Amino acid sequence: MPKTFNAKTMEKFQALSQRYPTKDALLLPVLRLAEEEFNGIDDDAMELVAGLVGVPPAKVMSVFTFYTHYRRAGSGKYLLQVCSTLPCALRGSQEIFEHLKKKLGIDSEETTKDGKFTLKKVECLGSCGTSPVVQINEDYYENLTTEKLDEILNKLQ
Amino acid sequence: MPEKTLLKHTDTPNSETMDFYLSQKGYEASRKALTSYEPAKLIDEVKGSGLRGRGGAGFSTGMKWSFVPKDIFPKYLVCNADESEPGTFKDRALIERYPHSVIEGIIIACWAVQINSAFIYIRGEFTLGAKKLQKAIDEAYQKGFLGKNIFGSKFNLDITVHRGAGAYICGEETGLLTSIEGYRGYPKIKPPFPAIQGLFAKPTVINNVETLANLPYILNNGAQWFKSMGTEKSPGPKIFCVSGHVNKPGLYELPLGTPCMEIINNYGGGVWKNRKLKAVIPGGSSAPVLTAAQAEKLNMDYEAVAAAGSMLGSGGLIVMDETVCMVNALYNLIRFYHHESCGQCTPCRYGTGWLDKILHRMEHGNGKQGDIELMLNICDNMRGKTICVLADAAAMPVQSFIKNFRDEFEYHIKEHKCTVTI
Repeated sequence: MPKTFNAKTMEKFQALSQRYPTKDALLLPVLRLAEEEFNGIDDDAMELVAGLVGVPPAKVMSVFTFYTHYRRAGSGKYLLQVCSTLPCALRGSQEIFEHLKKKLGIDSEETTKDGKFTLKKVECLGSCGTSPVVQINEDYYENLTTEKLDEILNKLQ
Repeated sequence: MPEKTLLKHTDTPNSETMDFYLSQKGYEASRKALTSYEPAKLIDEVKGSGLRGRGGAGFSTGMKWSFVPKDIFPKYLVCNADESEPGTFKDRALIERYPHSVIEGIIIACWAVQINSAFIYIRGEFTLGAKKLQKAIDEAYQKGFLGKNIFGSKFNLDITVHRGAGAYICGEETGLLTSIEGYRGYPKIKPPFPAIQGLFAKPTVINNVETLANLPYILNNGAQWFKSMGTEKSPGPKIFCVSGHVNKPGLYELPLGTPCMEIINNYGGGVWKNRKLKAVIPGGSSAPVLTAAQAEKLNMDYEAVAAAGSMLGSGGLIVMDETVCMVNALYNLIRFYHHESCGQCTPCRYGTGWLDKILHRMEHGNGKQGDIELMLNICDNMRGKTICVLADAAAMPVQSFIKNFRDEFEYHIKEHKCTVTI
């Protein structure tokens, strides 16, 4: 189904258009708008972005697939991104990841059947001084232990 | 601990607000720059301070500015807030806790180079940071410190926050520019250098967050004050990011040239669990690894770390204790570089892939005779043979891990297991 932005997002789009000297440069920020409004990006969202920015849909897909941090359509309500790069690994990120895998019964890049959680093993989140760290949707949860993580997950409804 | 400058207020409540910043002489430096410094004089002042880029390369900031042609408009400034080098987490603190110091630094830099449009490229994961920056920018517009005729002068300046989306390569300056322009973050061949032909093919200054945050203090306290800290060639304060196996990981702002062991023991609380130090990576994950013996004699400034065979880079000090398997640690890093290679250049695309594959089999007990030589051969075919330095950044850890801990790699191949048994 073709998608459209609501009036509020369109307003943000117009404001963005004033900030960049070329239309192509709007691509990354407008993908963020789509991500925000539709809670994830699918082919229809990419087509909408292509139309607004004025580039072919294939270009949008090429750019979108290069960047790992955009939320993909079909992600769970909570996207759990577990940092796995060396500074986190030195302080137990693998244990955190295994714990989540077991608890949720899913592997990296998978979503629980109830659609609540998506698990993703990711590279450095830039929070090495407070590792291990997991990003849940927009928020960082730092200095994690499996116990702390259980408490956090219990609070997520 | 020496008196802090950049991080002095980052633990204070409300430090991110305009009111707080104004209570700390906020925006006096940028006002002074615009009202009493000719741009050329300002560039000289920053050159004279000896400030070197804090993003990793350590190049003279004033010198970088002076390369920008004066007669081409528009010009752009890009603040590199991609902070993607593993082991580095300093810019996040400045952005989230003291964003006005970064904005004021941008104003000063833009006046010096006569730039009217700046972008802050912040990594996509830093959602909170992007929000705090935007809020601080909005406040600065309201006060007339940004926008048209700032501080009542004839100078206009706009700042736009541009969010990345999870690609390490966009911390590389030309990859970053390509990303803002709306493409896959592919680095470009230099020359032309960004100073001549950068963002939207216009002259562009690219400075790291921490570099820019130093500028208000240099203007307020003078170049001599700045040079009173650190070493002759590496003056000023530096934020060191201490991670890994220490009791108190975190950010420590210290003069450049502080001994590595002093950072680990006096500030980082020593190696954790009463274990022995095995190795350090002194400047973010791309920097060659050093042994504990080398760390004992190491001073943390650009020259001394280079003389020891590594790089100060971004100041990300990753500490590893005696229980770390160096094959496993290197495998982790190479998996990162393989994942983050943009795929443009064959030596990097295939090289990181092959290194990943070899280390994977070695780590899983299936290493073959000749694998060490094969990895070194691959590194030779990567370094200096690609558009950007990601290939070098991946090869340097491999070469240094093998050089300093070769016996562990040999043991893995022969015995199909680790030397480390704890």
